[in-house]
Amino acid sequence: MIDVNKIRSDFPILSRKVNGQDLVYFDNAATSQTPTQVIDVIIDYYSRLNSNIHRGVHKLSQEATEAYEIARIKIQKHFNAAKPYEIILTSGTTEGINLIASGYSNLLKPKDELIISAMEHHSNIVPWQMLCEKTGAYLKVIPMTLEGTLNMKAFGELLNKKTKLVFINHVSNALGTVNPIVEIINKAHANDAYVLIDGAQACPHIKPDLQALDVDFYVTSAHKLCGPTGVGMLYGKAELLKLLPPYQGGGEMISTVTFEKTTYADLPHKFEAGTPNIAGVIAFGAALDYMNDIGFDSIAKYENELLNYATDSLQKIDGMKIYGEAHNKTAVISFNVGKIHPYDLGSILDQLGIAVRTGHHCAQPIMDFFEIPGTVRASFSFYNTFEEIDRFIAGVDKAAGMLQ
Amino acid sequence: MKSLKNFHFFEDWMQRYEYMIELGKSLPLIDEEYKTDNHIIKGCQSKVWIHAALEKEQVNFTADSDAIITKGIIAILIRVFSNQRPKAILEANTEFIDKIGLKEHLSPTRANGLASMIKQIKMYAVAFQTQLN
Ligand SMILES: Cc1ncc(COP(=O)(O)O)c(C=O)c1O
Repeated sequence: MIDVNKIRSDFPILSRKVNGQDLVYFDNAATSQTPTQVIDVIIDYYSRLNSNIHRGVHKLSQEATEAYEIARIKIQKHFNAAKPYEIILTSGTTEGINLIASGYSNLLKPKDELIISAMEHHSNIVPWQMLCEKTGAYLKVIPMTLEGTLNMKAFGELLNKKTKLVFINHVSNALGTVNPIVEIINKAHANDAYVLIDGAQACPHIKPDLQALDVDFYVTSAHKLCGPTGVGMLYGKAELLKLLPPYQGGGEMISTVTFEKTTYADLPHKFEAGTPNIAGVIAFGAALDYMNDIGFDSIAKYENELLNYATDSLQKIDGMKIYGEAHNKTAVISFNVGKIHPYDLGSILDQLGIAVRTGHHCAQPIMDFFEIPGTVRASFSFYNTFEEIDRFIAGVDKAAGMLQ
Repeated sequence: MKSLKNFHFFEDWMQRYEYMIELGKSLPLIDEEYKTDNHIIKGCQSKVWIHAALEKEQVNFTADSDAIITKGIIAILIRVFSNQRPKAILEANTEFIDKIGLKEHLSPTRANGLASMIKQIKMYAVAFQTQLN
């Protein structure tokens, strides 16, 4: 059970006023808010531990290194990876994807095939397009249905002996659709293709078991699950990560350096050049602790109630069109009202203290598919309330009245 | 430059927005033939097209947008800048945007759109000024 009032008291920002009104924060899919438990860890790090890791003999450095490596193990346990060194700490989902894309630029041949889906975030499209330009490989796209789900029959037909890699988001950021990644992974493996799952939108709502999924690569960002911005993780099966060349050169990622030849460090350090966001990584661990204390089952159940309540209420508004009607979706509602431009609706909601996202949500191909300039997207978190949804519905109603 | 006296009398944001929406409806619309990528302004969340023509040494602007509040913003700009000599447009300062409280109501992404609109208007003026010289 979620005690939402108790939870809300953990988030200082939720008592902020915006444009003279109590903030209603419904842009959780863009970034989530940060609880005191995580903020305190960042303050504590800079107040007590700050030093560089993995290289100092002194006490501070040892303690900071230990805290950093404990965080890596927390992340490993949370996602059930087999080994801590299969967790590469990154600046976020985008960096994780680019690291893999860059690594495969030497491993692909012309006419190899890569598969992505029609509902990817730009950060899971552009790096692969760049990879194709470099290697001469082809990018194939799994089409989408009108409900905003993947056409799995078409996926089966796209797979063939030339398919090397498949990239799919676990959950679509623009539509909230939860994709059938078990089926995707199994089918791809049956074809000897590797799979990378973009978990940026899934991880705030679902706790993936990476070993059970048998996924090859999985990426996510801490800031979507109550952690700080600019931190994330890339999971890769050790035997696959070992095949990839380092991503960036620098300190920390080497074993020995001479001007003739440098030998690289082992996993995970091979991919972690330079001083990382140490406080951020430790806070990422604290964010996972925080969410696990509440419990992902309780979170999913409560958010689903918010989603159903908001969907039912929105549908009573004249001209309402919701995009993304999959049975299995996270607490995200993308919509338009009549011919009202999402920017107009979002501007009025902002005046009412209600934060939503408007535009193409970094997923322009989805907007082109539905032939719309964009949508208004409301995304809920376990710290949101039914009363906030009522205010939001009243706001949409009022804006629609002004704009039509 | 023409003033926009009415504007800062609106204390209430709703009145201000309603006025902007009204202004948007009065915008001198761009000819459909000019609604092309050549006339589109980058940096706006909504699409904005602006076209200008020189008549009797004065610049006339027409525009359109797919968002009504954006249309209101362009309508304000066009009220200020239309029927002016290119030189006057070039010399005009844009403090009025702060004064009428437009800027504070525009988030950075939207403010960028506004800045791009003004830049485009001034570019037209530069082009016409060279033509007149
Ligand atoms: C599905 C998806 N992929 C990737 C990203 C990029 O995440 P980041 O900006 O943290 O790298 C996002 C964030 O908006 C996302 O929703």
